Amino acid sequence: MKLTTTKRLERLNERYANGDISRRSFLTLTAAAAAATGLSMPWMGRALAAVSEVRFDGWGGVVQEAIDKYAFQPYTAKSKVKVVQGTFGDENEIITKIKTSKPGDFQIVHSSGVNYYIKYVNGGFNSEINEANIPNMANVLTAMIEPFRKITPKLSAVPYDYGTTGIAYNNKVISPEEAKEKGANLLTDTKYAGKIGGYADMTTRVWYAALQTKQDPNSIQDMDAVWAKVRETRDLAKKFWSSGAELMDLLSRNEIVVTDAWSGRVAALQQQGQPIGYLDPAGSYAWMEDMLVLKGSPMAECEELINFMLDPATSIAVAEGQNYPPSLDPTKVKLTDKIAALPAFDPTGSMKSLTFADPLYWAKNEDAWTKQWDRVSKGA
Amino acid sequence: MTKGWKLYDQRLAWILVAPVLLLLILLLLLPIAMMTVYTFFTFVTAGVESAVLTFDNWKEFLTDSYYHGFLWKTVRVGAITAVICAILGYFPAYFIWATTFRHKWLLLLLLIVPFWISFTIRTFSWIHILGEQGLINVVLIRLGVISEPLPMLYTEGAVIMGLLHFLLPYMILNVYVSLESIDRTLIAAARSMGCTSAQAFREVTLPLSMPGLGAGLLLCFVLAAGSYVTPQLLGGSRDALFGNLIYDTIMGQLNWPMGATLSIVLFVLLGAAAAAYSRYMGLSQIMKGLSA
Repeated sequence: MKLTTTKRLERLNERYANGDISRRSFLTLTAAAAAATGLSMPWMGRALAAVSEVRFDGWGGVVQEAIDKYAFQPYTAKSKVKVVQGTFGDENEIITKIKTSKPGDFQIVHSSGVNYYIKYVNGGFNSEINEANIPNMANVLTAMIEPFRKITPKLSAVPYDYGTTGIAYNNKVISPEEAKEKGANLLTDTKYAGKIGGYADMTTRVWYAALQTKQDPNSIQDMDAVWAKVRETRDLAKKFWSSGAELMDLLSRNEIVVTDAWSGRVAALQQQGQPIGYLDPAGSYAWMEDMLVLKGSPMAECEELINFMLDPATSIAVAEGQNYPPSLDPTKVKLTDKIAALPAFDPTGSMKSLTFADPLYWAKNEDAWTKQWDRVSKGA
Repeated sequence: MTKGWKLYDQRLAWILVAPVLLLLILLLLLPIAMMTVYTFFTFVTAGVESAVLTFDNWKEFLTDSYYHGFLWKTVRVGAITAVICAILGYFPAYFIWATTFRHKWLLLLLLIVPFWISFTIRTFSWIHILGEQGLINVVLIRLGVISEPLPMLYTEGAVIMGLLHFLLPYMILNVYVSLESIDRTLIAAARSMGCTSAQAFREVTLPLSMPGLGAGLLLCFVLAAGSYVTPQLLGGSRDALFGNLIYDTIMGQLNWPMGATLSIVLFVLLGAAAAAYSRYMGLSQIMKGLSA
């Protein structure tokens, strides 16, 4: 079949958008084709204009402050490409925005690992990256990359950090010994009724309810028992928080004395001198975060930015700032003592000491459980 | 008269009304129509739906008591808020209307001052008033009135308090405008015919200010029942209103067809309240109140 010039240019554009060719090659080929035919496409103006900014959306707060300070600002100084930032409290919120916007409006998302990766893939929002353009990926833990590759052999995201959702407690009220003894059951301890918190998130609630009912969160057999435990926590809880800032606020104002909490946020509170202890009970919920590239993004610039972020010096500085261990393999890259002391840090790099959610198992149940969680959280 | 045109010429009327009509069609009717179509789409998985038409979403709404419970709760909270607004709002409105204070405009200005501060910030301020470490609990504990903080925040009471704070000016303005339109000689006439002040108020002022009170009730009810931010910030997990259900269905479950269905339900409910008011009182009073 003979290709028309228009079709050829469209395919060229698609290859560029997918990251299969560099921006330089794309512009050379496009300009040559346009000069030869006197033809122009609607997207040429946009593409020919030098990319001056990349859009990034993250979790805000101390996490994004660290990324901005140690990664984005140095990157902008070096490349002159500005990183325009947005924030979200719940990742479903940004997925809704992406769904209602045109490709390219949102470009890189600091996404919550494999569970959410599936949602982007199902919605067709992701864009394949060219791993050859991100040489620093060689330092990223294979154990963190593999779950993504199981979903899409050609990746659209690069793992960046990981952490746990463990138990945070006010150590003026609860002793470390009591916390260790009760573990996940602290969240249903009637002694602390009205002073208990929790993340308003289905995965976290179901995960902890599974631990409380002595079930494997990746293979739950008795879902009724799990929902009963979720209700028990709900009835004892003062408030289910929905952002890191709210979590820190509730803990620091003593509105709650025990909650499940993100390890990095608790570390930040501890560094501020707050009397907060942290415990990862057996089977504590481990998660990873990734830099996900969306459809319509300027691939060369996004890949360049991600590569810069994965540079050991940058990645270590960000990790220390946000209090979450980086995705760098500690057997390949020497990490600092501060990182080694962070909660959830795995010095072996195998990640076997951490329990991650099985993406396929959770994806299979996600819709039904999210719906049920919405109801239970509102008193059903 | 302009050549070819009459006063109240139908063509001229259509030309004048056309831009607004167009905007209404594009920005109101079309989105509602699209939402209505969405209610018949099939939910596939989070964030994905197909255009295969189905009645499943409507069936779920009509048969699931979970939704009915929240709809009733929304009506109840909206009605309680509107009634409390009416009780609390009538007296300041009456005072502003009746006062002989030379700078009455200053009193009206005070009513508008809260609108200069972001609604979200005003709502957040209640957390520092009602919280365990908030103003009320700290004062009561220091005075020795209570030994343990009172659980005020994250309750339905806190939600209603936040809504009152937001809606009271709407009620006062509506009642005030209604009072302003009363011919004061009627009250003087009632007094001259032997009515006491209380009787004059009961027989003349109150009945004539009812359209404003009704408009205030409608506005407060519609705005309270449609609120999302206040229950989210000041309410606990059980204090959600129908708006929060819609938000969670669309943003949490990423189930747009069901979210659209719930949105249309709320739209019809609030539209019915407005239609009922319009049928018995006329909507012109609300316009007066809003433009005060």
